[in-house]
Amino acid sequence: MDHQQVLELLPAYLDQELSLSETRELERHLEGCEACRRADALQRDVSTQLRQAGLRIDAPPALLQSIEAALPRPIEPQISLGERFRLWLASRSSNWAALGAMAMSLAVLSISVNLYRQIPSPEQRLTQELVDDHVRSLQSTHLFDVISTDKHTVKPWFNGKLDFAPPVIDLAQQGYPLVGGRLDFLNGRAVAVMVYRYKLHPINLYVWPGNNAGQTASVVEQKGYHLAHWSAAGMTYWAITDAGAPELNGFITDLRAQAPS
Amino acid sequence: MADPTNEQRFKTQVLPHLNSAFNVARWLTRNDQDAQDVTQEAYLRAYKFFPGFHGENPRAWLLAIVRNTFYTWYRQNREPASDTLFDEAIHSLETSNVRQDDSPEAMLIRRESQQQVHLALRNLPLEFREVMVLRELEELSYKEIASIIGIPMGTVMSRLGRGRQQLAALLAPMKQEA
Repeated sequence: MDHQQVLELLPAYLDQELSLSETRELERHLEGCEACRRADALQRDVSTQLRQAGLRIDAPPALLQSIEAALPRPIEPQISLGERFRLWLASRSSNWAALGAMAMSLAVLSISVNLYRQIPSPEQRLTQELVDDHVRSLQSTHLFDVISTDKHTVKPWFNGKLDFAPPVIDLAQQGYPLVGGRLDFLNGRAVAVMVYRYKLHPINLYVWPGNNAGQTASVVEQKGYHLAHWSAAGMTYWAITDAGAPELNGFITDLRAQAPS
Repeated sequence: MADPTNEQRFKTQVLPHLNSAFNVARWLTRNDQDAQDVTQEAYLRAYKFFPGFHGENPRAWLLAIVRNTFYTWYRQNREPASDTLFDEAIHSLETSNVRQDDSPEAMLIRRESQQQVHLALRNLPLEFREVMVLRELEELSYKEIASIIGIPMGTVMSRLGRGRQQLAALLAPMKQEA
């Protein structure tokens, strides 16, 4: 790899688009070439400045409504798989043929149940999805859509973006200041995320309607993150943070003391 | 698109990328109202073409449509020559990152440097601005950018390199002033 080639490949080096062997070869050249090192530093500096300047501009809230309204037909509300299954059952009258088919499929089900056990349960998958989303929110510039420590700013921001009103609670007094909120797509639906902080640890609190998580929250650990989930007042909550389990427990206790239950 | 499963898929795969679509349109048009119009038009097109979409990357697919819609619009309404440098988004920039030093002086300096970066990117020629936005703000891969713009990956790389050099040149005198 000669000097000119290295200069041309620098953007891809910075963007980590080179193969391992190309990277090694390029780095070998960088070690001995002051000019290339300077060019690399210059590009890196611009890239960092762009990423840190908060340049991403979110769509105004009204745009989603106006797009949905302009589509040829209103988009139907989401039907979950479970509901679809119930509808399907209801649509089939309980005749013997159907029962026979059911018995057959039950037999098949019990055979495949061992197979099924090996694939992650919906909850495991959701836990994984949450960890991924949490990590992504910290890596990219997408920790917040709305930046505010004021619940009266964060709560109205969600208006019109969701089909529910998430409870937004300020816990600054308790040592967990609210720092913002964002909209995320999780578990097949749009969810509200409130971002809190405990010292330097961000805490992402995901909220969506649902009652199936149980009343008590217990903390689990995955990949060094602590997660907990519970349901209250028709909402399902998931909290995730890199802070310790006691801090997360404290956060949940304080949150639930303030939240509608 | 009468098929309810297509509508369902459109809602779960395409609508969630509204912020990306708008952000790209916003940086291409450099104007809030035009960006809204372009985004809306792009969504209508996307909705129409969606039954034929079977790829795995709805965001890149949508952004390609946003870009095409923008160029149609751009050819019809060339930006007025007296395009002012004023951009309301500069003036509504949040002084965000709570982790940083939050003294009033530090916030002011940060805000000013953010505005300068904003202004520099805004003044970058279109062909460089679009790759910079797709890469640095939308964090797309070279492959995705190549497919959105319809250029080889090597061209994506060279445009990013030249775009960054131009930005560095635009930012350097501002830094000296500050």
